[in-house]
Amino acid sequence: MKSAVLVFPGINRERDMARALKLISGHEPAMVWHAEKSLPVGTDLVVVPGGFSYGDYLRCGAIAARAPVMDAVRKFADGGGLVLGVCNGFQILCESGLLPGVLMRNARLKFICHDVHLRVERSDSPFTRGYNAGQVIRVPVAHGEGNYEADAETLQRLEGDGRVLYRYCSADGIVDEQSNINGAAAGIAGIVSDRGNVLGMMPHPENHVEAIMGCTDGRGLFAGLVEHLGRAA
Amino acid sequence: MSSVEPKITPELVASHGLKPDEYQRILKLIGREPTFTELGIFSAMWNEHCSYKSSRLHLKGLPTKAPWVLQGPGENAGVIDIGDNQAIVFKMESHNHPSFIEPYQGATTGVGGILRDVFTMGARPIACLNALSFGAPEHPRTRHLVSGVVAGVGGYGNSFGVPTVGGQVRFHTRYDGNILVNAMAVGLADSDKIFLAAASGVGMPIVYLGSKTGRDGIHGASMASAEFDDDSAEKRPTVQVGDPFAEKLLLEACLEIMAADCVIAIQDMGAAGLTCSAVEMGAKGDLGVDLDLDAVPTREPGMTAYEMMLSESQERMLMVLKPEKEKQAEAIFKKWGLDFAVVGYTTPTKRFVVKHGGDVKAELPIKELGDEAPLYDRPHVESPKLPVIHARDIAAPIGVMEALEKLIATPELCSKRWVWEQYDHVIGGNTVQRPGGDAAVVRIEDGPKALALTVDVTPRYCEADPYEGGKQAVAEAWRNITAVGGKPMAITDNLNFGNPERPEIMGQLVGCLKGISEACIALDSPIVSGNVSLYNETNGRGILPTPSIGGVGLLDDFTKSTTLAFKAAGEAILLIGDTHGWLGQSVYLRDICGREEGAPPPVDLAAEKRHGDVVRGMIHSGTATAVHDLSDGGLLIALAEMAIAGSIGAALDAAPEAMVPHAWWFGEDQARYLVTVAQDDLLGVLTKLKTIGVPCAQIGLTGGHTLAIEGERPVDVRALNAAHERWLPDYMAGKA
Repeated sequence: MKSAVLVFPGINRERDMARALKLISGHEPAMVWHAEKSLPVGTDLVVVPGGFSYGDYLRCGAIAARAPVMDAVRKFADGGGLVLGVCNGFQILCESGLLPGVLMRNARLKFICHDVHLRVERSDSPFTRGYNAGQVIRVPVAHGEGNYEADAETLQRLEGDGRVLYRYCSADGIVDEQSNINGAAAGIAGIVSDRGNVLGMMPHPENHVEAIMGCTDGRGLFAGLVEHLGRAA
Repeated sequence: MSSVEPKITPELVASHGLKPDEYQRILKLIGREPTFTELGIFSAMWNEHCSYKSSRLHLKGLPTKAPWVLQGPGENAGVIDIGDNQAIVFKMESHNHPSFIEPYQGATTGVGGILRDVFTMGARPIACLNALSFGAPEHPRTRHLVSGVVAGVGGYGNSFGVPTVGGQVRFHTRYDGNILVNAMAVGLADSDKIFLAAASGVGMPIVYLGSKTGRDGIHGASMASAEFDDDSAEKRPTVQVGDPFAEKLLLEACLEIMAADCVIAIQDMGAAGLTCSAVEMGAKGDLGVDLDLDAVPTREPGMTAYEMMLSESQERMLMVLKPEKEKQAEAIFKKWGLDFAVVGYTTPTKRFVVKHGGDVKAELPIKELGDEAPLYDRPHVESPKLPVIHARDIAAPIGVMEALEKLIATPELCSKRWVWEQYDHVIGGNTVQRPGGDAAVVRIEDGPKALALTVDVTPRYCEADPYEGGKQAVAEAWRNITAVGGKPMAITDNLNFGNPERPEIMGQLVGCLKGISEACIALDSPIVSGNVSLYNETNGRGILPTPSIGGVGLLDDFTKSTTLAFKAAGEAILLIGDTHGWLGQSVYLRDICGREEGAPPPVDLAAEKRHGDVVRGMIHSGTATAVHDLSDGGLLIALAEMAIAGSIGAALDAAPEAMVPHAWWFGEDQARYLVTVAQDDLLGVLTKLKTIGVPCAQIGLTGGHTLAIEGERPVDVRALNAAHERWLPDYMAGKA
């Protein structure tokens, strides 16, 4: 796997992401500065990590979405390349038009750092093949603006096309209001683009890849990507 | 810009917080009347916050040395060596006054300031902690202050990208008019790449880096050195505004130019901004400094020399660069989009010269600005000793289990999850033990080493007996580090007190320092950095003396650590240490009996050391499956916390016959731990501890879904948890 982790000013989970990618794929990712106009040759996975790009000033992800490197990412995605955006990365992907919808202020109006349960809705995507459909995983969230919203038509299309890959749920897999940490529409925690090659998700699988963190449920996402790219190669 | 500067009058001098005799000292020192800018510079350098004029004399007695201490007090932060060319850089600092006036910005800039202190020395911050003291829950401003401060602490740390892993939150009516916000930052550096403030070499460029200078925070440090009154809200313009994004860029840029070996000396612009940083760099290097303010990047036009010298705009640094690396450093800063300007040069004159618009606005002897600051041996009286309260004289108003249910849901003992869940505590992927335990455990890079981190103090003990309270604060930090398996290494202290001009307040400071000092020596934990915050008073009413102690411990292997959660059913619960049933100043006495009275529990430092060393040994050998130190609320509260954390109950023996039951369950005797061990290990442990003379008794067995004391009504652990978690969110929602 040859992954590229984008670095915008104010991004702060790029090290966590790089460590997870290295741990699971065995390969050090390339760290790509926002001002670059192209991705390293041979890149097969682009990761937009979490943080506060440009301080989240103006609007989360809005400034980063207009960085030079994002043109290269759009082109890469258009060609079917895999793009993973986590937390601020998800916000950036929405702002850049690679994914529909918007991440609004958490319903309870506070930043929240908390382990959540996610139901894996299908396992036939490169981003979920490390799990079983219906499996419940535990990963942390750490965000103030993760409340996913889109117009009714978009939401209907996302559901109809099976593009919701991760949903907030209880420990036993029930999607309910209580488990919906930020008030997201239909408990949506992660969605893919219409071609299925771009995933945006709010929770941080990269922080649950080692036993020392008390849980390794995040590994499956990366392991699935490694497997997928290994087969494709 | 007005070229006419105000005339120096006694009123102007007084409004700068300088006493008449202090002004006389200035006249004697420079032999003439100071200019307006110079007066401002003196007020910035000689206020309590920067000069430590009331506390300096007494701080000298603190133990600050050990073979592993690389840098003690006097620099931006303290530094300890943890082997493998790794150093830990840490410090705690208060931002009390600004946070009371403007809680969100006060708290953010408190966090920003302490992070800057740490990365100024070349360290990447890896953890933050904090200690927050608020007024009584029923005070009309408390909710607003809690909400703003917590959002501010989180708002800065989360965006900057450092995990906030631990701390304290307390409520007490004595903080009604003066809350405390103490922030601690911990960073990791290479031992051989620590950067200091002392400039060296004549004619070296002094470079200004970071955000632009504005009119915010002028006289912030002077404000922090005065009491509050009813008009304090008018001081809002002296509060600075934090920009965590700018700080994150500053961090990355600073670490990058340090790695490129461009830096000779570096000092962050904190309290008293450009004045304090430039003077310190020159004075520490035995050099003079010439500053040209025309080169300072400013946010607004028309700023005067006076304003620029006293601005406390955030996210700024001053550096002395290697001349041959200036271009490289500039390129790095430009890459990060930060201002970079040569604003002066070092000189051989030992004079501090400030020029602006072609005029010399200040010319002062640089060493004397710091060294000749007033030093006071303020009168102090010892706090009167309070009577020892005997347990048999305290009747229990309610039953033991009822008291447990009540106490676990009090503001003092309830879960603080509502607070720490607003802080990103997992970023970095190294938080082995998250908030809510005795100490946080943070892995160092890929391990196996880790740090144990905690902040502690029990202000009501310090008020009742400053000396014992000072000892207890250090002992509890030491115990908390021990309880997760860490070896306590060093301490940072943040001394929050009232008006030192009152002998009884000065007596509290002196008493606490004596206790802290003794405990640090006995427990082999030197103080490597710290901060003093005085004048924490409103309308003549002081806060509880609150010397927050930030402790740093080392684990050689993070896998040899324990948490407080019960791990399995059927394990033996051991109580280590002596229990006399000390109820004086206990939470039980205050919150159940309504009496905040008596002498606090005495601290036997030798026993602390002996018991702690044994417990740490049991953790490292793998015998101890869960460990919890005993503190606020005593034995039964500690047991409840272990049960809640593990979702496992316990069957407990009745209180020993010789003991008053509520004193046994809720007394706050020191030097105690609860440890669980597997049945197979029980006999061995009991025998060993008996042989070495460490008091230890089995008091029950883990298991079931209730906390059940022989002869008492059992209490469901889930119900206890619900009560424990409920108070703070309900209170913040206006429901409690």
